Amino acid sequence: MLPQTADYMRLLPEIVLTVFGMIVMVMDAAAEGRGEGRSRGRSIGRIKDRRIEKILGAVALVGSLAAITATFVQAQYPGFAFWNMVQVDSFSVFFHFLVAAVTAVVILTSFEYMEVQQIRAGEYYALILFGAAGMSLMSSAVELVLVFIALEISSISTYVLAGFRRRAAISSESSVKYFLLGSFATAFFLYGVALMFGATGSTNIATIGDVLRSGQIPLLAYAGVALMFVGLGFKVAAAPFHIWTPDVYEGAPSPVVGFMSTAPKAAVFAVLLRIMFEAHAPGRIGLIWVVAALSMTIGNLGALVQDNIKRLLAYSSIAHAGYLLVAYAALPDNGIPAAMFYTASYAAMNVGAFAVVSHFGSAGERYVTLGDYSGLGRRSPLLAATLTIFLLSLIGIPITGGFFAKFYVFSAALQANLVGLVIVGVLNSAVGAYYYLRIIVVMYMREPQQEVPVARIPVGLGFALAISLVTTIYLGVLPGRVLEYASRTATAWMR
Amino acid sequence: MAPITTLHYLVVAAALFILGVIGVLTRRNVVIILMSIELILNAVNLNLVAFSRMWGLHGQVFAIFVITDAAAEAAVGLGILIAFFRNKETVNMDEVDLLKW
Repeated sequence: MLPQTADYMRLLPEIVLTVFGMIVMVMDAAAEGRGEGRSRGRSIGRIKDRRIEKILGAVALVGSLAAITATFVQAQYPGFAFWNMVQVDSFSVFFHFLVAAVTAVVILTSFEYMEVQQIRAGEYYALILFGAAGMSLMSSAVELVLVFIALEISSISTYVLAGFRRRAAISSESSVKYFLLGSFATAFFLYGVALMFGATGSTNIATIGDVLRSGQIPLLAYAGVALMFVGLGFKVAAAPFHIWTPDVYEGAPSPVVGFMSTAPKAAVFAVLLRIMFEAHAPGRIGLIWVVAALSMTIGNLGALVQDNIKRLLAYSSIAHAGYLLVAYAALPDNGIPAAMFYTASYAAMNVGAFAVVSHFGSAGERYVTLGDYSGLGRRSPLLAATLTIFLLSLIGIPITGGFFAKFYVFSAALQANLVGLVIVGVLNSAVGAYYYLRIIVVMYMREPQQEVPVARIPVGLGFALAISLVTTIYLGVLPGRVLEYASRTATAWMR
Repeated sequence: MAPITTLHYLVVAAALFILGVIGVLTRRNVVIILMSIELILNAVNLNLVAFSRMWGLHGQVFAIFVITDAAAEAAVGLGILIAFFRNKETVNMDEVDLLKW
């Protein structure tokens, strides 16, 4: 049986992303082959014609925009594709859109960053697109084999991206750490899948759910779920699998951090939703309870003592993974929409915050400590105001997306009678407010300690910031449409 | 002599898995850590193939995918390691100390 046209339509965003990624790679190689590039390429300090890189970036941007368009085409063909391995429903369309949008914003941020850091950028854009293809595939995969392959596509791309400032020892070190711990975690995930296969005789998530719902749950299934959760928990940086996060986020290039703290996380959270709710994972609530409480506490306490802003945001992302996981302990009909809403608003505010960090870091990412941000409010009011809004959203102040995200998650947890977990969460939010506000205080109320230059905001970055800002505020003022979409998805899914 | 059952394979796989985990956690040389990870992946393969005796060919196909992925991962990992070696002139995990581990 050959695949039908509809099958390809259901995979259209992934196909578009891969094709554009290949175009970028081939163009890069072709440009390299001609002229001065032949001297075994990329040697240190070579002044390169930056025009070709601008073109490659533009092609990648077109690719991500085409993927957004392809998402709408894909949405016209709901159903299964490729022998029940891929399922297109409004749930997967939501995450496809999210991943493609984050990719576009990150590429916009990268234009300036690549130029300032003097990095040869050809394969950088290709890797981002390939990674995005893997993440999109993850959100529509309903077969654990495919989940694993998609997870690896996205992980391997991000391992390489983390080490992209090749000349900086700190960057390649973060890449080594990310790679070692990442593949360790993937191995755990795989072992869990193997045990799950042994326990239920299937790797299809829906079939596993049917088997587990009917009658005795084998002991192997518990072990399988626990091991799979270790692997996926690592990818979303949930405690106690979070050790890599601060190190990797500190060393990796800032736009890449913005990318890998949002898009792959959203995709893995989508997979987790499917495994937890559709596969009817046994022992769900106890497992999630512990991990969510630990993540929130460790993340927020760790962030209190940080001086490097990238490390601080890394701990904050651990904490946010904790808040998000609270929704997984709730009942499916309001836990799923709450989790979906949270990933969307977290993606908007975090990508924006890292865009500001990457612009402000300037050459060699020199200005990343809290002290460097002092007096930013006076030197660059626009940048400071933008960052302030993202930080307020991360705290969860009303009229920003972060407020409703937390509100829905906690109210979903309350409806499932998880009072203890909600109390832990709310206390943690209060702790979190301290370190976010500290950045704002430093920006507006401290005199600058030294002369830190602030470059003008280029067009690409301006667009990136505007998009994340508008999304953050839109989700905070008019959350209704997104939430309604998410609830409809959950109802359709649970039926 | 008792026949070899699926359980025997699973015990071997579990032993391999534990050896791999111990290797990752205690060894300091990055290349050996990589090899330990491969050991875990092979434990997974053994599991999958053993379960195939009960549930059919699915597991064996999955094992082929795992082997392919292990190769891709090793290629990228060694590439990353070379980039790291150029900066630090070491593959010892104890000297990976610019960032707090």
